[in-house]
Amino acid sequence: MAGASFGYDPRRPVLRGIDMLVPRGRVVAIMGGSGCGKTTILRLVGGQLRPQEGSVRVDGQSVPDLGRDGLFALRRRIGMLFQFGALFTDMSVYENVAFPIREHTDLDESLIRDLVLMKLHAVGLRGAAQLYPNELSGGMARRVALARAIALDPTLVLYDEPFAGLDPISLGVVGQLIRQLNDALGITSVIVTHDVYESLKIVDYLYFVSAGRIVAHGTPDEVRRSTDPFVRQFVDGEPDGPVAFHYPARPYAEDFGIRAS
Amino acid sequence: MTSVATGLRRVGAGTLRAIARVGFAARFFVAVVLQTPAALRRIQLTAREIYFAGVLSLVVIMVSGLFVGMVLGLQGYDVLVKYGAGDSLGIFVGLSLVRELGPVVAGLLFASRAGSAITAEIGLMKTTEQLSAMEMMAVDPLARIVAPRFWGGVIAMPLLAALFSAMGVFGAYLVGVRLIGVDDGTFWGNMQASIDFWPDITNGIVKSIVFGMAVSLIAVFEGYDAHPTAEGVSAATTRTVVGASLAILALDFVLTVFMFRGLGNT
Amino acid sequence: MKRTTLDLWVGIFVTMGFAAIVFLALKVGNLASLETRPSYRIEAEFDNIGGLKLRAPVKAAGVIVGRVESIRLDPKTYEAVVTLRMDKDYQFSKDTIASILTSGLLGEVYIGLDAGGDTAMLADGARIAKTQSAIVLEKLIGQFLFDKASSDPASTSGAPK
Repeated sequence: MAGASFGYDPRRPVLRGIDMLVPRGRVVAIMGGSGCGKTTILRLVGGQLRPQEGSVRVDGQSVPDLGRDGLFALRRRIGMLFQFGALFTDMSVYENVAFPIREHTDLDESLIRDLVLMKLHAVGLRGAAQLYPNELSGGMARRVALARAIALDPTLVLYDEPFAGLDPISLGVVGQLIRQLNDALGITSVIVTHDVYESLKIVDYLYFVSAGRIVAHGTPDEVRRSTDPFVRQFVDGEPDGPVAFHYPARPYAEDFGIRAS
Repeated sequence: MTSVATGLRRVGAGTLRAIARVGFAARFFVAVVLQTPAALRRIQLTAREIYFAGVLSLVVIMVSGLFVGMVLGLQGYDVLVKYGAGDSLGIFVGLSLVRELGPVVAGLLFASRAGSAITAEIGLMKTTEQLSAMEMMAVDPLARIVAPRFWGGVIAMPLLAALFSAMGVFGAYLVGVRLIGVDDGTFWGNMQASIDFWPDITNGIVKSIVFGMAVSLIAVFEGYDAHPTAEGVSAATTRTVVGASLAILALDFVLTVFMFRGLGNT
Repeated sequence: MKRTTLDLWVGIFVTMGFAAIVFLALKVGNLASLETRPSYRIEAEFDNIGGLKLRAPVKAAGVIVGRVESIRLDPKTYEAVVTLRMDKDYQFSKDTIASILTSGLLGEVYIGLDAGGDTAMLADGARIAKTQSAIVLEKLIGQFLFDKASSDPASTSGAPK
């Protein structure tokens, strides 16, 4: 991704000139506060949005220039884990994982069954195949969604906030799964998250995004040693710093009608 | 002065938004129709939607039809008998059900029973990113989610309207013949003598197909276009019921003008 | 929901729907009566058809034997030409009289056929020679008042001319 800019509203760009490189086979995290445009980056990669400037390339192909068919062909090689799993609520866990396989292949039922159970086994939920999404805990739903994301053996998996809203144990499980699947299946992974500790444990490289720009990047060790104020604020979780506590507002006194007389 | 300007600007912006929405709806309709082959190829998906839109509306449609027919029987007889035309009860009931009440009332019930459900379902799928997820799995939600629901509604609606009319006629028969004592033969005979398969019944069927398309399109569109929040989905559901009901009544007028005026046999 | 159960329900629903349409067509409407039966056409000219409508019944001795298929005006004679679609089972003699009648005072308008004694029958496309036009009520009343007025001038001070 080179110099990509994007805004839902042209006057208020969400991303301004993002430069990012994700090497094959690595786990890369994109970190940043809520609402800084992380999810937008994933949508650019998946071709759901087009950048207004710059380019987005996946595996050498320029994503915004792909037609509908090309884009669909590309997406078959991309798995995506959505923020809260986005499981199809009207299908069982089994059918959810089988869905991409059924849609894109003509495999017969016994083969689909084997594939689905293998994927579910990889995330430790083979026993939950017949449950429905509303019967799963948040962590389990996330793992099912992960199994679905890797159902077609993608080369690139995008994770949108895989850790959001999980208890520490589930969080550790999902984190380890991401790493293991990445290494075992030779996938490239991009994780969008704001969970610093978990990501520092599992990723190869981190990008910090703030206000639509990349403000810092480095390997986990570099990040830990970094003295950059933004990185420090993020890693140490301080309330105020380069990322201001206050949303831009009128002066305090003015809002409350207090006037120095 | 400035407030007038702001007001005007707001009205203008609102109008532009409304027109843009109509444009988007039209584009959406074309896109859905283009996905028809996909919906037909996997008839199983459409059958599922016929189940949800049709089978689950069956009881409410049939019970309402029965009651509407019974009320028509009572009220109609009451008025007709004043003019010594109690024998025409069958004609009155049959014509009003087949031409108007069947398609219209079944359509209104369909809009509130099935239309709102479709909107809420698609809206929630959007809210929980299921539509995005599908897109990212290289599956077009228009083909997988929207088109089957649209065609399910279009297929279910005329059948529901016919069932409504049939139940209505039966209800009127119960009240008119069994309760009031209109002669059995007169009731059916007069009805058959003045209701023609073509154009009366076929026009009713055409109406119900058109209503089915309108309601289904509005329902899937509002769901697809819903703001992905809880309020957004509830607002979209309301818009479906209100919009679809208005569309049915307006279309009914237009269709009636076209169908029954030109034939000279009112 | 199991696939087969769902299919079963959809099947039941569709069958019921079509049964309802068939019920409407046969029991409520009159699809079975004439539409599909073999038929032949005859024409009849009238000075005035009154309130005759398309698809109005053609009756002989009160039995429906056909329907009005088309009504047009002959541009030369200024007479109304009515095409009747007749049931093939019923044949009528050539000197049949067709008249436009009304059932009751305000009822539906229909064409009544009074069979004659001729042995030759009306063929497909034939024209009925003897017809009797509709009785237009307004004219009749006007006539009546006019007659009254001319026979008894003293009592018509308020009547129209």
